[in-house]
Amino acid sequence: MGKRGHYLEIIIKNFLGFWALFSGFLFPFIIFLILFYESRLAIKNFGIVKFLTTSTWDPVSQTFGGLTMIVGTLISTFIAVLIAAPVAIGIAIFITELAPSWLKGVITSAIELLAAIPSIIYGMWGFLILANFMRSYVEPFLQKIFSPFPLLGKLFSGPPTGIDVFTTSLVLSIMIIPFMASVVKDSFNLVPSVMKESAYSLGATKWEVIKDVVIPYTISGITGGLVLSTGRALGETMAVTFLAGNVAQIPSSLFYPFTTITVALANQFTEADTPLYLSSLFYLSLILFVLSFIILSFAKIMVLRLQKRWK
Amino acid sequence: MRIYRRKVINGVMLFISFLTALYGLFWLFWILGTLFVNGFRYLTLDLFLQDPTPPGIEGGGLRHAFVGHIIITSLATLIGIPIGVCAGIYYAEYGRNSKFFMALKNITDIMVSTPSIIMGAVMYALMVVPFKQFNALSGILALALLMVPVISVTTYEMLDLVPHTLREAAYALGAYKWQIIKDVTLRAAKFGILTGILLGVARISGETAPLLFTSFNNAYLSFDLFKPMATLTVTVFNYIMGPYDYWHKQAWAAALFLTLLVLVLSLLAKALLYFGTLNPFKWKEKR
Repeated sequence: MGKRGHYLEIIIKNFLGFWALFSGFLFPFIIFLILFYESRLAIKNFGIVKFLTTSTWDPVSQTFGGLTMIVGTLISTFIAVLIAAPVAIGIAIFITELAPSWLKGVITSAIELLAAIPSIIYGMWGFLILANFMRSYVEPFLQKIFSPFPLLGKLFSGPPTGIDVFTTSLVLSIMIIPFMASVVKDSFNLVPSVMKESAYSLGATKWEVIKDVVIPYTISGITGGLVLSTGRALGETMAVTFLAGNVAQIPSSLFYPFTTITVALANQFTEADTPLYLSSLFYLSLILFVLSFIILSFAKIMVLRLQKRWK
Repeated sequence: MRIYRRKVINGVMLFISFLTALYGLFWLFWILGTLFVNGFRYLTLDLFLQDPTPPGIEGGGLRHAFVGHIIITSLATLIGIPIGVCAGIYYAEYGRNSKFFMALKNITDIMVSTPSIIMGAVMYALMVVPFKQFNALSGILALALLMVPVISVTTYEMLDLVPHTLREAAYALGAYKWQIIKDVTLRAAKFGILTGILLGVARISGETAPLLFTSFNNAYLSFDLFKPMATLTVTVFNYIMGPYDYWHKQAWAAALFLTLLVLVLSLLAKALLYFGTLNPFKWKEKR
């Protein structure tokens, strides 16, 4: 047993170690290399700055610039996070501070189910149900309210079609609420109860404890949750493909159709007929990968910082 | 007077937080409700057992997509599980005190949220271009790679919960590390690891984006891994975008089935997680 066990130990350790190295290092690195290699033609032709600032995407004249898609991705993600953030923080407050213990489990599971629904379901529901509802009721209503105001009115101008930036961002926001709420909830649970109790003993109300103790203490966790869901929203494909309208334009108001990096990939990968076209699509994937990797790393660092302090 | 104002603000803010919880539930019930109303009627036996009719002729089913979906997800699971579990074990048992491997664990955690369509693009370059046609194998590999980070991170977290005293007791008996992993820690964390696997399966069974240009789509029943193969998700996507009314009905039914499948898997994972995290501590108490 002695010698055999020893050799087995070495073999097993190295075998497991290889897969650890694979999933933590080789896997992301290979993805980066492949995307970089495949997009070399587009990088050589259009460069970095030019690709990022050109809005022409024309397969006929073989000119490709990613600005329209990148702006579309950033706008829809930004609005989605803007809608989702207060809701997610509210849900986290409700679960950790307000709900009786039997309700806690129910609400937590329900919100988690929202995360489990496949993205294509959000897409078809948004496309067939929500978009109609938005077109007939919500969007005309918003236009009526906001049209007298000069700046806000412009934001809500345009034909209310339901297939636009507004509906896309709303559906995206529903999809990222669970991720945000779960991170924020976990960090709220890390607040030492001594800190909360000392605030209560000074006569603070529950809201004051949340506002002045819990939120300042967990600010890096909350930021982490926000940033994590930003990363999630960036790469969301199917729901956006159904709802964005796939019109290659930078939307001038919330009610215009637009396109994102993921929509362009989903729609055009199978039709790319020239090497330069395909390479430009890989270039877009590379940008998406690098962007979301950086954002998600930032989120991870923020959350780790809070956990470290707790330890 | 000031106290009164503070109390009112308190009440209002707490009520708003209650409303946000309702807001979340509202969307959940709206989506699930719509799925049931539109899909349940068409969830017939024919849907599972019939092949599709030529476009435009009513009737038929989605047997080809169900079969393809089962083939692709189960093969992806078979590839993804061992890689994910192995990596998770290493992070928890060997890499715990190494800064390098803890950094790798954090990167794996980041990879959990990487856009899934990226995996499709990578597999397109690796598998579709060289073979000169869409093939099921590329879709399988894309899904397998997608589930690896989910499984390895959960495995790590579950093994991390196993009390150190258990390992030390085995060390004291002169056991090798691999023996401890096999007989002590894996055994103590088996429910937790199963949770990770279920979460991974749930994650990939609803995926569409990485399959759009890897396994593509196929209107016929196919078992050939080097040919395009239909999946439920891609079929739903095409049917919803398509012009026929009966396509939409079948897509709703398939969507309902898919959602129920994923929700059941997630709930099962949650239930197992409960046992998984409960078990080692219970064991500790008994000793």
